[in-house]
Amino acid sequence: MTRLAVPKTYKLYIGGKFPRSESGRTYEVESVKGDFVANVAKASRKDARDAIVAARGAVKGWAGATAYNRGQVLYRIAELLEGRRAQFVDEITRLEGISAAAASAQVDEAIDRWVWYAGWADKHAQVAGNANPVAGPYFNISVPEPTGVVAVIAPQDSSLLGLVSAVAPPLVTGNTVVVVASERFPLSAISLAEVLATSDVPGGVVNVLTGSPAEIAPWLASHADVNALDLVGASALDWVDLQIAAADTLKRVLPPEEGADAAAPSLERISVFTETKTVWHTKSMV
Amino acid sequence: MSFLEYAPVPESRAILNLRDAYGLFIDGEFVDGTGESFATISPADETHIATISSASEADVDRAVAAARRAYDKTWSKMSGRDRGKYLFRIARLVQERARELAVAESLDNGKPIKESRDVDVPLVAAWFFYYAGWADKLDYAGLGADPRALGVAGQVIPWNFPLLMLAWKIAPALAAGNTVVIKPAETTPLSALVFAEILQQADLPPGVVNIVTGAGATGAALVAHPDVDKVAFTGSTGVGRAIAKETAGSGKKLTLELGGKAANIVFDDAPIDQAIEGIVNGIFFNQGHVCCAGSRLLVQENVHDEVIARLKDRLSTLRLGDPLDKNTDIGAINSREQLDRIRALSKIGEEEGAERWTADCVIPENGFWFAPTIFTNVQASHRIAREEIFGPVLSVLTFRTPAEAIAKANNTPYGLSAGIWTDKGSRILAVADRLRAGVIWANTFNRFDPSSPFGGYKESGYGREGGRHGLAAYLAPGSSAPRSRQTALTAGATASASARATRSAKKPALSKKEAKR
Repeated sequence: MTRLAVPKTYKLYIGGKFPRSESGRTYEVESVKGDFVANVAKASRKDARDAIVAARGAVKGWAGATAYNRGQVLYRIAELLEGRRAQFVDEITRLEGISAAAASAQVDEAIDRWVWYAGWADKHAQVAGNANPVAGPYFNISVPEPTGVVAVIAPQDSSLLGLVSAVAPPLVTGNTVVVVASERFPLSAISLAEVLATSDVPGGVVNVLTGSPAEIAPWLASHADVNALDLVGASALDWVDLQIAAADTLKRVLPPEEGADAAAPSLERISVFTETKTVWHTKSMV
Repeated sequence: MSFLEYAPVPESRAILNLRDAYGLFIDGEFVDGTGESFATISPADETHIATISSASEADVDRAVAAARRAYDKTWSKMSGRDRGKYLFRIARLVQERARELAVAESLDNGKPIKESRDVDVPLVAAWFFYYAGWADKLDYAGLGADPRALGVAGQVIPWNFPLLMLAWKIAPALAAGNTVVIKPAETTPLSALVFAEILQQADLPPGVVNIVTGAGATGAALVAHPDVDKVAFTGSTGVGRAIAKETAGSGKKLTLELGGKAANIVFDDAPIDQAIEGIVNGIFFNQGHVCCAGSRLLVQENVHDEVIARLKDRLSTLRLGDPLDKNTDIGAINSREQLDRIRALSKIGEEEGAERWTADCVIPENGFWFAPTIFTNVQASHRIAREEIFGPVLSVLTFRTPAEAIAKANNTPYGLSAGIWTDKGSRILAVADRLRAGVIWANTFNRFDPSSPFGGYKESGYGREGGRHGLAAYLAPGSSAPRSRQTALTAGATASASARATRSAKKPALSKKEAKR
């Protein structure tokens, strides 16, 4: 006799909690074969704002944590992902219709990217910052600091790897993130949120919205408490309009990328979400 | 004659060899613009200095075409070593003609000769000297091996440090291998045009630097030009926003140095003599026409009265007048328009209930002048505490605890600079850590150096000028930029170069450039 399965309710991830959309809306996600898989929360403008509030609230603690601590927390995500490989492979195969081997390779790479970025946490400032030999009696030093709240439109055709590739780099330096997951393939995003919730990532550091990027993105782009906008997965949207909306508050903006190599791991992706602070310390007053 | 009255010692204008009229500088030569020419005047006495050509859209197009030709045929093929040698030449020529440049700058801008002579022009030479050395060392700029120039840079600069801002823009652009079309501010084109003669003396290849004078429309045409790969702007946050919108989706790399409302924080244990000088330098340097000016003085409550009394004493000794006089501390306001704005905001300050004190000094009959002014009893909600006045007007607020000082300092959409005055080293580090600003001066203010990155957080813009970071604003990472290992997963796809290739397909300017490679 076969056992009756217990399906999961896929909800949003905001401020370390898993609420339904305040709008009460869901949308149906189907497998590649067209079978019903889940009713996934369809985030609203209000959910996006709540996520931004949660992200802003988490900046102080996350940016204020030591780089060593952030590195360990990011590494811990990789550890927990490793233990749930089968679940992610299963979800990716069901939705994306790729072979188990291909899904496995994606999950492996996603885990390895967390490890790669985790290792940057206590090294980035050494590579991106430096002392400056100014012509005067000053100790002058430039260091990178997190920009603040980063809104991300995740790659739409890669449910886990794309998401990880976009979310991990801003976290390295202490930014917090509001990410809109792949609309068609949202399961891995929520499962990843479960990993984040049970690793040591403080609530609010990563907030995951599922639903329509076209509907949510304009609110993220225009919100005055968002410092940067990563449009990596927005190529199908009116992304130029989003960039124009972001200009009202002079957000830092990354343009869309397409293909399997979207948001490929790079130092640039870490640095673009940082601000260089230069401090002049007077040496002449003895 | 009181002890403050000095005999006038004006710097001689004889060193200037100005023309009656200046054309645009395109492809290595002065040519007439097809726009309506305009006069540049001395803000100190409103006298005519020279007639300046205005670049129409067609002229801008010609200038960009010249820059593109120079990029394709000459500059992108030249070795970094030779590019550097041209920049060293320029640095030396600036030093040789330093006094002439300083006089031209003070005449056209209204800033005191002691500032143009001792700050602006020496920094201009230093900027070219610093970036000259980078030209053949780009592999060490932190962007991987063989970083690439972007192509043609369109640059728009303000009137407050006309020649220095030109140097901040041109030096890193050329070192990185780009060619340039630059638009000086409408009210201060003179020193850029003298600089064009220096480029001729340096025998810089034609078209590598093109100078298009004109008003806002000229700048807008330059920024919007489809063959410009990089836009760099220094000026108001309002115009910066418009440029960010204009360039959205174009793929043009953009850096913006915009407005500020810097907090200058004075703790009760501050070295008070130095702090008073720092406050004065912070807001009255260059008549307060400084984006990073310390325009909000946050002073700890228990030393407020002492600081204000000493500040007023000090301000009473400042000499306002002829910018070319070597004794002058406060020069002329750059334009009638700017003077009107300073007056309007000061009036609003009074109306909102702040207490105004203005130094008692004789204001010359002609020209644009504004005496050093302090507002006390300023609330964080007052417009003079929130908006950039860009003039010699200081708004004073108080605080009791370091936490309150930090909160008030960060309570602004801007984030360009800040100052901290205290004798306690640990407090400097703790406060500097929590201030959201790109440049922080501890027990000093308004220091600049070509090796030191400058630029803002939040609505003060993005990108850095100066130092290694300033160089990166004019480069794209090399093909061998550090990346994580590419796995079997990406091997099946298009792998490492694809991200850039995909992006450039969306970006007309970039794809054009890459097609030429």
